[in-house]
Amino acid sequence: MDMRVNIAGVEWKNPVTVASGTFGSGAEFADFVDLNRLGAVTTKGVANVPWAGNPTPRVAETYGGMMNAVGLQNPGIDVFCERDIPFLRQYDTKIIVNVCGRSAEDYCEVVERLADEDVDMLEINISCPNVKEGGIAFGQYPKAAEEITKAVKKYAAQPVIMKLSPNVTSIAEMAKAVEAGGADAVSLINTITGMKIDIHRKSFLLANKTGGVSGPAIHPIAVRMVYEAANAVKVPVIGMGGIASAEDALEMILAGASAVSVGTANFYNPAVTMEIVDGIESYMKEQGFDTVADMVGIVK
Amino acid sequence: MARKKENAVVLSQERIAEDIYSMWIKTDAASEAKPGQFISMYTNDGAKLLPRPISICEIDKSEGSLRVVYRVTGKNTGTEEFSRMKAGDIIPVIGPLGNGFPYEKAEGKRVFLMGGGIGVPPILELAKQMNCEKKQIIMGYRNAETFLRDEFEQNGEVYISTEDGSVGTKGNVMDAIRENGLNADMIYACGPTPMLRAIKEYAEANGIECYISLEERMACGIGACLACVCQTKEKDHHSNVNNKRICKDGPVFLSTEVEI
Repeated sequence: MDMRVNIAGVEWKNPVTVASGTFGSGAEFADFVDLNRLGAVTTKGVANVPWAGNPTPRVAETYGGMMNAVGLQNPGIDVFCERDIPFLRQYDTKIIVNVCGRSAEDYCEVVERLADEDVDMLEINISCPNVKEGGIAFGQYPKAAEEITKAVKKYAAQPVIMKLSPNVTSIAEMAKAVEAGGADAVSLINTITGMKIDIHRKSFLLANKTGGVSGPAIHPIAVRMVYEAANAVKVPVIGMGGIASAEDALEMILAGASAVSVGTANFYNPAVTMEIVDGIESYMKEQGFDTVADMVGIVK
Repeated sequence: MARKKENAVVLSQERIAEDIYSMWIKTDAASEAKPGQFISMYTNDGAKLLPRPISICEIDKSEGSLRVVYRVTGKNTGTEEFSRMKAGDIIPVIGPLGNGFPYEKAEGKRVFLMGGGIGVPPILELAKQMNCEKKQIIMGYRNAETFLRDEFEQNGEVYISTEDGSVGTKGNVMDAIRENGLNADMIYACGPTPMLRAIKEYAEANGIECYISLEERMACGIGACLACVCQTKEKDHHSNVNNKRICKDGPVFLSTEVEI
């Protein structure tokens, strides 16, 4: 039995990575999990310059999930390259750098800078709902998504994963658009825009008013969108959205995801990724699957 | 890979004031805990996933147990679930978390230990462990339900303020300092932000070294989610912006390093 997967030419030891922004650059989780056992670590989004993020409160609990408006706080690409890449390189796992920006030029600057760095893949966040120009404008219009994909591909030395927003009319159309732009893979879903109101204080719970809803409550929506995207494009789909167990991850894979990202569950169960890797392996043994690829998209 | 979410066991639970509960739990977190640190407590309700960060009120290393004193924040809340737990129940926790109070610095100093509302509990273990010249404990409450007061009285000179004036000085902890003509070389404080803001101003105006414990909504408690940040005067080395993480870099900060 073989847990390895090949995502756009990059071989991961298993199909499990973490969703950007839920795992820092891995250092905070190294006490809780063996980073060597992850297929890949996807880093917190990084921009060309440091971003301070949004005012607090930045998170709120929702039924079976949470809502965040962190606003892509990040230390900027220079600190990231000096500190976070060498940290992650100590481990036997692939490094996926999540890239955020306010303009096409911002994205391209980061992607170009990373071309000479020892990282394995890039994930371009064109779907963050929490910053005004944080990519969502690119992520909601197929033509704009295709154009930004083309732009970053010109500078990218590593395979490019385009991270899609669920806050669209047709996820299939968005996936096709970035594929047409040259994306090597797509990942979805980012968070779903939501709002929560404190009825006692008569105000919004988040300082940003709106935030991205994540966690188990959104998992069925994510499975549906992964299914639709996987049936629309030929490039690999990395499925995410509310995965909190091996069973949740397997649903995504059977729906068409070639790999999965675990997000919000890291926050309340820091060792969840290890449970998921083990659980996928047990399922494959029980069900007699030799490779992960044999399971991908088998539910039609 | 040394840390994990652990199933702590409830040893006892007691209501000590309106909406205020005291719980002892048996947990591995006790062995390394320091005053001013906190633990993440998890509900057993799948709809309420995020940890509740609760400050440590007392540490009993010989028994391997911690005491938490917490406020039930409303109906159908995680803290309400905690308040219904009984001896023998399982409560998932991660801890100890955060930096804690640098109590060693108080040696030979005249100190104010200040707590307000649900910021009172973490001051108890601090008062017990602190070795200083003069230990002045100033506690602010809403009303006559001055929980933990007897225990503070065994550990220093206690001054009380209440919002309704039913006990001690009417007003807040700063009013109690003025009314009693108290002085200090060093301050340790935990409480609501307006109280901490007033203490920070007082400390800075009088050149007093002051440590304050902050709180903010958190999603992870371990420094990853970047939800619980506070603004700092200087650029922080980790974030590379003027933000520090309350869960990881705090919750205790030197008052001059943060903007609140």
